[in-house]
Amino acid sequence: MGKVSQRVVHDFLRHDKKFPHVWCSGCSNGTILGTIIRAIAEQNLDRNNITMVSGIGCSSRMPVYIDLNTLHSLHGRAIAFATGIKTFKPDMKVIVVTGDGDSTAIGGNHLIHAARRNIDMTVIVVNNNIYGMTGGQYSPTTPDDAKATTSPYGNFDRQFDICDLVIGAGATYVARSSAFHTMELQKMIVDAMNHKGFSIIDVISACPVIYGRMNKKGGPPEMMQAMRDNTVLNTATAKLPPEKLEGKTIRGVFKNVQCPEYCEQYAKVVEKIKETSDE
Amino acid sequence: MSQKVEKDRTGTIIREEDSSEKMTVEVNEVKTTGDFDAPVYIYYNWCKKCGICVAFCPTKCLARKADGSPYVKYPEKCIHCETCDRLCPDFAITGAKDKKGGAYGPK
Ligand SMILES: Cc1ncc(C[n+]2csc(CCOP(=O)(O)OP(=O)(O)O)c2C)c(N)n1
Ligand code: SF4
Ligand code: SF4
Ligand code: SF4
Repeated sequence: MGKVSQRVVHDFLRHDKKFPHVWCSGCSNGTILGTIIRAIAEQNLDRNNITMVSGIGCSSRMPVYIDLNTLHSLHGRAIAFATGIKTFKPDMKVIVVTGDGDSTAIGGNHLIHAARRNIDMTVIVVNNNIYGMTGGQYSPTTPDDAKATTSPYGNFDRQFDICDLVIGAGATYVARSSAFHTMELQKMIVDAMNHKGFSIIDVISACPVIYGRMNKKGGPPEMMQAMRDNTVLNTATAKLPPEKLEGKTIRGVFKNVQCPEYCEQYAKVVEKIKETSDE
Repeated sequence: MSQKVEKDRTGTIIREEDSSEKMTVEVNEVKTTGDFDAPVYIYYNWCKKCGICVAFCPTKCLARKADGSPYVKYPEKCIHCETCDRLCPDFAITGAKDKKGGAYGPK
């Protein structure tokens, strides 16, 4: 794993944007953006060959700050825009950054069908368990009993497990990590970017200002600590007694398989039609 | 202090920037002692005082000032592990060593 210094990270930022960035103090969005930059820098890729696409939300502001080809699109439609880019330019590496609301609520259909088609892109879901940007409404990943502005007495909607959802839909690389586990996350992003097919990483992230405050999760360091203490790597679960796994979120790579990729299939059909029409 | 203004065809201002806001860095120069050679740099005008770097520095060489912002209390303890670099949400601190093992700071 290549170490990437902060100076290199600074080189990837858009120097004509206002810094410090807009995110609240201690928000994981910045840490995750830093990790994405480190993963890209580590691979020495041509920046012209990478596009970052996002929807709308706090996390979806990442493309504003990173100096790549970027597209800050519509709420819930990031994967739809990314599909357009990928089908038009199959050689482009496409990274989608999306919130939990953006990807699983309004954009849920785009998510499952992109997974089903196995279209080659890397989706990074910044999962802060809430709609951050619009003031803290509950999202499909808000846990049981958690408070949000739209669930002042505790949330009783059942929760999506994003990894289970996309495994069911047919994604070919599925992983979960957190903003605290930056080394692990960096490696997963590199692997996901090099995976041919639909890859997705569910990143546990902290929204200390809205979710944290409403649910008394403490400040930014305490929320980071919770990511460290309340998660277990899937390779370690077998060795642990069941009581140690209670209430823990499992991190790790859950699925990594090869299946025919959508753009390749599409190109094959085009070739076939060309051949038959020549005759 | 130059102003950059971008207008569209109709003359409406679509982007206005004050370049004095750009990447200006204020550096916390740590006076080093003995064989210690690489200070930790903190970009105070980017730091949002969240306390993450102080909480997770494995050697506890960082501490918080009264206003919550970090400072290097024990520079000789820094092991250049870059934990603070990686966890800082604001790209505002670095304890990295450069390739020659010397001090790392803004260009
Ligand atoms: C079509 C449409 N519906 C609703 C909105 C309002 N809106 C903006 S951001 C957002 C939710 C963002 O939450 P999430 O995707 O979880 O991202 P976060 O802000 O938490 O990072 C909503 C509902 C919108 N911009 N467009
Ligand atoms: S509202 Fe929450 S998610 Fe949005 S920037 Fe603030 S802390 Fe981050
Ligand atoms: S580089 Fe490591 S030891 Fe040095 S200040 Fe940062 S976290 Fe602490
Ligand atoms: S982690 Fe970054 S923003 Fe937070 S206190 Fe440390 S230097 Fe400041």
